[in-house]
Amino acid sequence: MSLATMFKRNSLLDERSTWITSIVLIVGMLVVVVLNALPPEHAWHLNGSVVTLLGKYLTYMLLALAVDLIWGYLGILSLGHGAFFALGGYAMGLYLTAQEAPLAAWQGVLAYFPVAALAVVLAPGLLALVFGWLAFRSRVTGVYFSIITQALTFALMLAFNRNEMDMGGSTGLTRFDELLGFSLSTEGMSVALFVASGVAVLLAFWGCKAITRSRLGRVCMATRDAEARVRFIGYRVEHVKLAVFVLSAMIAGIAGALYAPQVGIINPSTFAPLFSIEVVVWVALGGRATLYGALLGALLVNYFKTLLTGVMPDAWLFLLGGLFVVVTMFLPQGVAGLMAHLRRRREVAS
Amino acid sequence: MTSTHTTTLRLGKKSGLRRVTGLNMVVGLNIASRLWRCVPIMAVLLVWFALVSPAQAEVTPQRAQALLQALDTNDFDAKAEAAKAIAASDAAQKTRWLKALLDGRLARERRGERFYIITDDSGREWPIIDAITFEDAGTGSRRSVDALRINNELRTQLQRLIASLSLGAGDEATRLDAAKRLIGEVDAQSVDAVATQLDNEESPAVRAELETALALYRVEQGDAAALETLSGNLDTRVRNSLATIANSDAAIAAEVEKVLAGIENKRAWYERGQTLFFGLSAGSVLVLAAIGLAITFGVMGVINMAHGELIMLGAYTTWMIQQLLPGQPGLALLLAIPGGFLVAGAFGILIERSVIRFLKGRPLETLLATFGISLILQQLVRTVFSPLNRRVNSPDWLQGAWQINEALSLTLNRLGVLIFCLVVFAALWALMRYTRLGLEVRAVTQNRAMARSMGVRAARVDMLTFGLGAGVAGLAGVALSQITNVGPNLGQSYIVDSFLVVVFGGVGNLWGTLVAGMSLGVINQVLQPWVGAVLAKVIVLVGVILFIQKRPQGLFAPKGRTS
Repeated sequence: MSLATMFKRNSLLDERSTWITSIVLIVGMLVVVVLNALPPEHAWHLNGSVVTLLGKYLTYMLLALAVDLIWGYLGILSLGHGAFFALGGYAMGLYLTAQEAPLAAWQGVLAYFPVAALAVVLAPGLLALVFGWLAFRSRVTGVYFSIITQALTFALMLAFNRNEMDMGGSTGLTRFDELLGFSLSTEGMSVALFVASGVAVLLAFWGCKAITRSRLGRVCMATRDAEARVRFIGYRVEHVKLAVFVLSAMIAGIAGALYAPQVGIINPSTFAPLFSIEVVVWVALGGRATLYGALLGALLVNYFKTLLTGVMPDAWLFLLGGLFVVVTMFLPQGVAGLMAHLRRRREVAS
Repeated sequence: MTSTHTTTLRLGKKSGLRRVTGLNMVVGLNIASRLWRCVPIMAVLLVWFALVSPAQAEVTPQRAQALLQALDTNDFDAKAEAAKAIAASDAAQKTRWLKALLDGRLARERRGERFYIITDDSGREWPIIDAITFEDAGTGSRRSVDALRINNELRTQLQRLIASLSLGAGDEATRLDAAKRLIGEVDAQSVDAVATQLDNEESPAVRAELETALALYRVEQGDAAALETLSGNLDTRVRNSLATIANSDAAIAAEVEKVLAGIENKRAWYERGQTLFFGLSAGSVLVLAAIGLAITFGVMGVINMAHGELIMLGAYTTWMIQQLLPGQPGLALLLAIPGGFLVAGAFGILIERSVIRFLKGRPLETLLATFGISLILQQLVRTVFSPLNRRVNSPDWLQGAWQINEALSLTLNRLGVLIFCLVVFAALWALMRYTRLGLEVRAVTQNRAMARSMGVRAARVDMLTFGLGAGVAGLAGVALSQITNVGPNLGQSYIVDSFLVVVFGGVGNLWGTLVAGMSLGVINQVLQPWVGAVLAKVIVLVGVILFIQKRPQGLFAPKGRTS
């Protein structure tokens, strides 16, 4: 059964999942904001650090969305999406440190928020444009593409580790003080960034949904399933791939830009191949080719990571490794696929 | 008692090697009569033999006393003269005196005329021996004896004197060492002595060094004819001295410049040779790491992200075998070669049987699953062995460097890895080319369906191929343990590079992997002095990425139907 036909059959289900996901996201955000607004003595009060942690999860969910867009719908497995995420983070980090102690003269340009905001999407976008143009033009596909994306993020990690790059070397960029004139250390700012991340996830989710349901999305999925046929029909497959790849890189860049001020640091380890590949596992666990699956996977894996690294840090890598194996072998459609399967069985039974 | 006995016997043997002197007769008598009490004296005699050239006759105690007395002055110039007089005398003890003086251990009795040598000045009470007879003289301290003091200038002169003394004595290695130290140190006083030494010297190696030392002195004095000897000499001191002369306004500056240019040119070539060697050795590490991957990736189309961890397992096997065989790093290393192959190969077969065969035809899923396995293996090693790096000792024959000349030396462990890599490559190539398994592997690679219909058990071939690739990864780990520390992250640092090597060389092509690995290693080394290690690596990575865009099939495209 090709995935395209499955998509058509599940379109009603998908419609419902979009509503459910949107509602869950909005309600979740509101609940967090309200709980945070409660007086600190209250048993239900959420303090600022928890809000920041949840905000970090949201940026990861945004990144997972970006990976799912190209892996789930276009069949391109990027093992270097962390690079785009990190570039966005560095652009934001440079803006945040530009006011205090600029690392280099050219950093002054990034001191203006509009320029920085543009850099957040343009830096990863341009890299993706050049890289993707070279790769798709010469029809580098499948595992080859995965390997060179991994090499790309590895090369960037090495480069950003150099002090000569004026990017803070291996410590990266840190000591962010204020964003748009507001101090980053206040609780209000935590909530503001959390809400901004949530809104970004919501917008990106709707945007990706719109794309996948559009004609472009159909071509994407057709490319994923039978690239040669799509090309023979007359579509410029390279252009489609390039456009979606660049868009995905931009979403990843925005995620990185929201990540940096919440975590308070951005360093070369974000470029590490392991991080990029972890993102792929979030998507695989949640269920590729379902946008809500990517969001769910990112949230679940990271929640358990926070839980486990606190309790027994040794077990985390065992669990993550086991997750890779189990998901690929037994849950090829992820949790979303499992849920859909169970629902179908119930429908058949009733 | 037994130990003293053996000492005596050894002493007797040693003295037997030397010319028979009156003292040797005493030693012989000692052995014959087994007078254990004489052992301390004999120990002193042993020292005496070791330090004093047997060719030198002894001077009378009065003469020796006079020579030492001349040293006892506060005027450093007079002291230097006295030291030279000692060096020129035929006192048998002169080397020892000068050495003691250099170390500040030649001392005079405060109330008396006797001279002592302090054998150990670490404590408050020093054990001392008589400077003339070398007999045990009890202990002395800061209050009872005065050590003769020297200044820096005198220290340099003493070193030079001792060097020229040892020129005429000892075995070839000591003489060579002394002759080497003479280069750039010859001056007006010592030039005649060195020239005489050159006439008496028989060893060609020592002669060459002495000639260089003399020629350098003569050139410094403005003798253009001596330049000939120096042309093409790679010694740093020769080069530096010549550079000084060339920059001065000496009459022969132009000619020196010419010789210097020749030397620089020769050095540059050797440096290129050195870079090439480092490049090839770095490349051989890449080839070793990548070649197992080339087999699994090329034959089965399987992306094995756990390949780096299989390398790590090979390295840990080496470490463990070495722990089991303490004190025998050579034997442990030899045993680790089959050991690493078997351990990593067994893990490889386990991975293939339990995971990979269920993911056939889904390369991206295989990639993720094997990556998960790599994380599990890493954490396993961290839990079992600790996250700290382990040091694997190299056997003696892999330590140090092979010094070909002043400008070119090859580190033995890197040379060993290079040779090992070539041997492994040759063995794999022969296996693929001449054995039944190799034939079946090639058949499955070229056309799986056709091979199966001809009766090749493709599943079995898959398993063995994967085991083979994993085993070769284990061999890479054994080799890596000799040049780097063994730790849980060992494999991770090679995985990206290995994949690039395989893709760069052309999937499924062993020669391609060899050429790709070696050339990447060399390119990296050539770039390094210009841009630094990290940027060189970045440039190589970006270069390979661009190359793959241009030529996705790699350097050597696979022949036949590989789809």
